[in-house]
Amino acid sequence: MFNLEKSDLTLLIAVAVLTLFAPFILNPFPADSAMAQFNAGYPDLMQRFVIFGIFAIGFNILFGLTGYLSFGHAAFLGVGSYAAVWMFKLLSMNVIPAIILSVIVAGLFSLLIGFISLRRSGIYFSILTLAFAQMMFALAYSVLTPITGGETGLQLALDDPRIFGQSQTPEGNIPVPGLFGLEMRDSFDLAIGSWVFTFNIGYYFCALVLIASFYLAIRIFRSPFGMMLRAVKSNQQRMNYTGLNTRPYTLAAFVISGMYAGLAGGLMASMDPLAGAERMQWTASGEVVLMTILGGAGTLIGPVLGAGFIKYFENIFSKINATILHEWFAFLPDGLEDFIVAILYPFIGKGWHLTLGILFMMVVIFLPGGLVEGGQRIAAWIKGRKAGKTTAGGKTEPAE
Amino acid sequence: MSKSDVSRRGVLKSGALMGAGVALPTIFTAQSAHAFTNEPTGSTVTLGFNVPQTGPYADEGADELRAYQLAVEHLNGGGDGGMMNTFSSKALKGNGILGKEVKYVTGDTQTKSDAARASAKSMIEKDGAIMITGGSSSGVAVAVQALCQEAGVIFMAGLTHSNDTTGKDKRANGFRHFFNSYMSGAALAPVLKNAYGADRKAYHLTADYNWGYTTEEAVKSSTEAMGWETVAAVKTPLTQTDFSSYIAPVLQSGADTLVLNHYGGNMVNSLTNAVQFGLRDKQVNGKDFQIIVPLYSRLMAKGAGANVKGIFGSTNWHWSLQDEGSKAFVRSFGTKYGFPPSQAAHTCYVQTMLYADAVERAGSFAPCAVAEALEDFEFDGLGNGKTLYRGADHQCFKDVLVVKGKENPTSEFDLLEIVEVTPAAQVTYDPNHPQFQGGALGTCNNGA
Repeated sequence: MFNLEKSDLTLLIAVAVLTLFAPFILNPFPADSAMAQFNAGYPDLMQRFVIFGIFAIGFNILFGLTGYLSFGHAAFLGVGSYAAVWMFKLLSMNVIPAIILSVIVAGLFSLLIGFISLRRSGIYFSILTLAFAQMMFALAYSVLTPITGGETGLQLALDDPRIFGQSQTPEGNIPVPGLFGLEMRDSFDLAIGSWVFTFNIGYYFCALVLIASFYLAIRIFRSPFGMMLRAVKSNQQRMNYTGLNTRPYTLAAFVISGMYAGLAGGLMASMDPLAGAERMQWTASGEVVLMTILGGAGTLIGPVLGAGFIKYFENIFSKINATILHEWFAFLPDGLEDFIVAILYPFIGKGWHLTLGILFMMVVIFLPGGLVEGGQRIAAWIKGRKAGKTTAGGKTEPAE
Repeated sequence: MSKSDVSRRGVLKSGALMGAGVALPTIFTAQSAHAFTNEPTGSTVTLGFNVPQTGPYADEGADELRAYQLAVEHLNGGGDGGMMNTFSSKALKGNGILGKEVKYVTGDTQTKSDAARASAKSMIEKDGAIMITGGSSSGVAVAVQALCQEAGVIFMAGLTHSNDTTGKDKRANGFRHFFNSYMSGAALAPVLKNAYGADRKAYHLTADYNWGYTTEEAVKSSTEAMGWETVAAVKTPLTQTDFSSYIAPVLQSGADTLVLNHYGGNMVNSLTNAVQFGLRDKQVNGKDFQIIVPLYSRLMAKGAGANVKGIFGSTNWHWSLQDEGSKAFVRSFGTKYGFPPSQAAHTCYVQTMLYADAVERAGSFAPCAVAEALEDFEFDGLGNGKTLYRGADHQCFKDVLVVKGKENPTSEFDLLEIVEVTPAAQVTYDPNHPQFQGGALGTCNNGA
């Protein structure tokens, strides 16, 4: 089916099932229990999981396959968002034209930046992309304020033209993004016992796009083109000496991954119609690198896992404050309670970066293949520690 | 490539399925009957405190959070009641809001619009927050305000000084107690005229973002109106930490006054650089060189240390004010935390009280009812004297303080002295003033 090998098909189906049932999987705790703090099944976060999943899948096509480490990918995400919001302002609140334009615009920008940056490789390439991204960030933040809204971000207004839609709703509000009448922010709550599961239209739209992009990524990974990209990673010099020009291949990979980033940016704006310059900053570019490495660079599912992991930390751990900690440990004697809270406090709330940093360090040191390697090791251990290595036909294949 | 057999029956089948799938969620949404977003049904009500806990304004954020916790304590009947006792409206009884106990959730804005919106969204979608408040930057305030408008909850802005928050980017569900750039300019101009004369040449250094622009414009227009001349206005990147290269050309320009439209760390660094260059000891055009900082805060004054001595600026509130409200607030804040509150803490505390009071008076948590109760509401006893929450743009009008860095501070908190309390009438403007044009409130949104 879908022209896929059996193992890839299993993986695609697994991803499809995981994303479609995410509202259940991410809300394992009853809504009124103390553990509800760790529930992640609310629309905004679920949307972020899949959107950053798409972003990371795209980044992995460049970094995982060719080994070119771009430090400026957030720029394409930002450009995509701006394009989408402009579409909402000028055309209509339908997400389809917005997303199409954001992919095209991001593709054009990545063609230009890739064409220049790919003249160098290795660290020089990374620095060039970083420089471009920072340049675009600075432009968006101040110089191009009329187009980008500057620091405040590009927002919708009541007097936008929206020539194929309405400038404002009959009630006098700004219309919300939708797909032929389906509003992206509409949700339906399903209460089973004390569990509450939220199904959000925007999320399912993003999820379908994720599944499609994942399928496309598998096809790219398994195509002759993908093989060529891997060859670039193993030894570009040797390929050049055999008389093959690798530039078109790397440029194509760069543009494809830039378009993925644009798609993610367009989706982001469709879920929440605002485009801020911060999402182009170098920290945002660094984040996608972290996601890919944390999950497992060069593997298919790794970047999606990494994206989910980081977004979970950012949104769930950062919201645990001292009061909540005290509630958890209230059963302990006072002195001990304060002691434990004092020890844990630096790692939660505003200290979530610290926890993430430690985890990232541990993953890089002990699991160089990322979370995927961790999963493989566990699988191997369950199978009775058959040798030290996993079988190649497993869930994922490293790029090299 | 894959083979595909498209049959009429198959197309019909999948079409029908898709149609059903598309129709399904709309049926469901129609059923979820709530009068408004996050209508509190239990015995508690949740407020969302969205403040910068990391990044350049983390100090302000921490102080805001302290104020919010104090406000919640007072609303629930704990502590000494703070400004609830001096507040002119007596609707609050110390039994929560409308008899429901006040709970809160906190989040980190990181002083980034995106992160702030994500955090606010999770408060609304996950924690069921009925009101969002906080923020220490205008960009964040504007972004979160727009989000709250869409989602149908009330936004009570924290520290945001840009004109745009209640100007170009105002929203029907958003309210601001803090003063703005225009008010700073209008309050500062007469004081500067008295102190430095009507014949000065000003040189502006402006932080290169939205707040910087509106502040520069406000100070420029009000000083030019009294006869000053603006020699140049130079934008500095927000991330700049060393301003030497921007200070050096100031003296060559023939200017005799430097206006630093900077906030937070930017201001601390630029002011320190300017003083180190000896600007304040210079004589230009036969006058002493002067420096002005339009928006002052105690936390900034602390950062700049001795450099702030004698430098004029404006502020929303200061803990040394002697009215009953301010005294009550400083007392209960000081008792709880051991030091006086900053202006950020004050505005956040007041916003929480105003929200709670409006809900009590409206008798409902519905955003439209609350907005109606807040619009054109006149009150007193929350510091700043008599205050009006103007309905036309949801901006508070109250006295503005012109302050000066103290020559002989007695403690690490006693850094600013109040030069003049500019009456509200002098800083009031028309809602259609050119500096505030280009936006519309729209109509209030109850969400669903």
